[in-house]
Amino acid sequence: MSSVASSAMKSPQRISGWLFLLPAGIPFAAFVVWPLVHGVALSFFDVQLRGTEFIGWENYRRLLDDETFWSAVKNTCKFVLLVVPIVWGLSLGISALVYPMGRFARAFFRFAFYVPVVAGGVCLAMVWMWIFNGQYGLLNYLTGELLGVEADWLGRTDTALPSLAAVVVTWSLGQPIIIFLAALGGIPPELHEAARIDGAGAIRRFWHVTLPLLRPASLFVLVTQTIGVFQVFVVILLLTVNGGPANATRTVVYGMYETAFTPMYDFDYAAAQGSLLLVALGTIAVVQFRLLGRQTTMD
Amino acid sequence: MTAHSSPRAATASRWFRPGRMLAWVLLVVSATAAILPLYWMATGSLKRQSDAMKTPPEWFPQEPTLANYKKLFGGEEGQAWSGRRPALRWLVNSLLVASTIAISAVLTSALAGYALGKLRFRGRALVFWLVVATMMLPRQVSLIPLYLLVVKFDWMDSYPGMIAPYLCFPFGIFLVRQFMMQLPDELLAAARIDGAGPWRVFWHIVLPMSRPALGAVAIFSFMGAWNEYLWQLIVTNRPEMYTLPVGVSKLVSTLTAFDLGLAMAGATVAFVPMLAVFVLFQRYFVQGVSVGALKG
Repeated sequence: MSSVASSAMKSPQRISGWLFLLPAGIPFAAFVVWPLVHGVALSFFDVQLRGTEFIGWENYRRLLDDETFWSAVKNTCKFVLLVVPIVWGLSLGISALVYPMGRFARAFFRFAFYVPVVAGGVCLAMVWMWIFNGQYGLLNYLTGELLGVEADWLGRTDTALPSLAAVVVTWSLGQPIIIFLAALGGIPPELHEAARIDGAGAIRRFWHVTLPLLRPASLFVLVTQTIGVFQVFVVILLLTVNGGPANATRTVVYGMYETAFTPMYDFDYAAAQGSLLLVALGTIAVVQFRLLGRQTTMD
Repeated sequence: MTAHSSPRAATASRWFRPGRMLAWVLLVVSATAAILPLYWMATGSLKRQSDAMKTPPEWFPQEPTLANYKKLFGGEEGQAWSGRRPALRWLVNSLLVASTIAISAVLTSALAGYALGKLRFRGRALVFWLVVATMMLPRQVSLIPLYLLVVKFDWMDSYPGMIAPYLCFPFGIFLVRQFMMQLPDELLAAARIDGAGPWRVFWHIVLPMSRPALGAVAIFSFMGAWNEYLWQLIVTNRPEMYTLPVGVSKLVSTLTAFDLGLAMAGATVAFVPMLAVFVLFQRYFVQGVSVGALKG
């Protein structure tokens, strides 16, 4: 009796489920899934005007010997290793500091740190272009006045990448701070009270009570930030000359753009770079979930 | 009285501990680094080139001028965009592209989110997994196939080419699905017993209750489209088809000298509409950002 009723209820759902998916499904299949599949497929072909020829792993073999590509890989890793931990630490610290200050302060700092996210990379890159200018830029004026140091920050191979990483940090804090503030709000105050009664100081309470409870939020921040930083592009295109000086700031996504859309138009070779990026990001996301997700899967 | 003052004194001394001080310095420095560039952009757009290049810098524009905005919207003799007012066109393009994308994202996410969150059918888990996977993957990987597709359809320098890749918004589907999953099943079951089909349940019960999620989808898709750069850079070649970020970035790269005021005016024009949306709908931003993190 009940199985008849439930199957009668389910059979319209079986069809209508797919009907509801249809409006999203068509553009999803055509413009999201298919390009991903096609992108990987392209990397195994030689795309020419006269036709397309299957060449197997040839593009990947070429990548192995491509020094420009490997310096781009190295730079991308440097960006991730610089930006992600700093963004995580700063946003966590700022949230922990701001959270107890009350509703108004929380709203104010959430707003202040999210406004650059809203402004977007291009607007901000334009301003940073001016700020970094050697003759009339704000940065050299400030570092000169305050620290007595002036430099061609974007023109030196040792400072160019860290400078761009710092710029990326300034506009990446908004989302993690919102997440950490919300997660801090979800921690029951009794836990802190209990730890306080047990004699734990502020630092130990943060370390042993707050931090473990922020694990899911931290995981989310680390994964999304890693994916975001892997795609660093606008700052390279607008603030450097072709990923210079001497390829010191070239990233994988920038290299891909250059390979495909500047007069090289080497689509299949760029597709091979993109496919490697895809594999790398997929692996990193899975590893991060495994490493940090172990203790969060229970809830 | 004294009973109150002693804990207050204790908190006061806590503020001046070195750790606290360092934390405060970090907070102030980061907040400045986040906000100062935007202040510099807005005030810079009101400065003449000679004032913008002054050292020490003019912290507040001494003689503010709207000349940069006139130049941006009015064009100037001898420039590539003279007389055609492309900045106004860029603004219209940006508005058109971003609102079309936002409307489409809300519609498709609402329908698909309902199917994945509240309907039972074979293949649901697989579809949801695909949505989450594509949400995490970088769009840049599909850039080349998308470009080839757009060339094939003859959509270069056209709105369909600028819009089509963003009609479906995987993060939006995810967000709506997570939200709708929390709605009590009893409510839906009651309506079904009264003879309502999936569509009526969706339209009369689920949709009205999902406004916060749909608001978040609208805003995130609008913001993503408004600030999208790489794709619009690739599919547009004619200045009339640029969106604001593309047009504004070309203001610098096409000029020999860096016209600071003009560049900042362009950046400000690209920023202000988005700021207005953010201020008006801040609530939805906060909700949207936290839904993905805390319920995922």
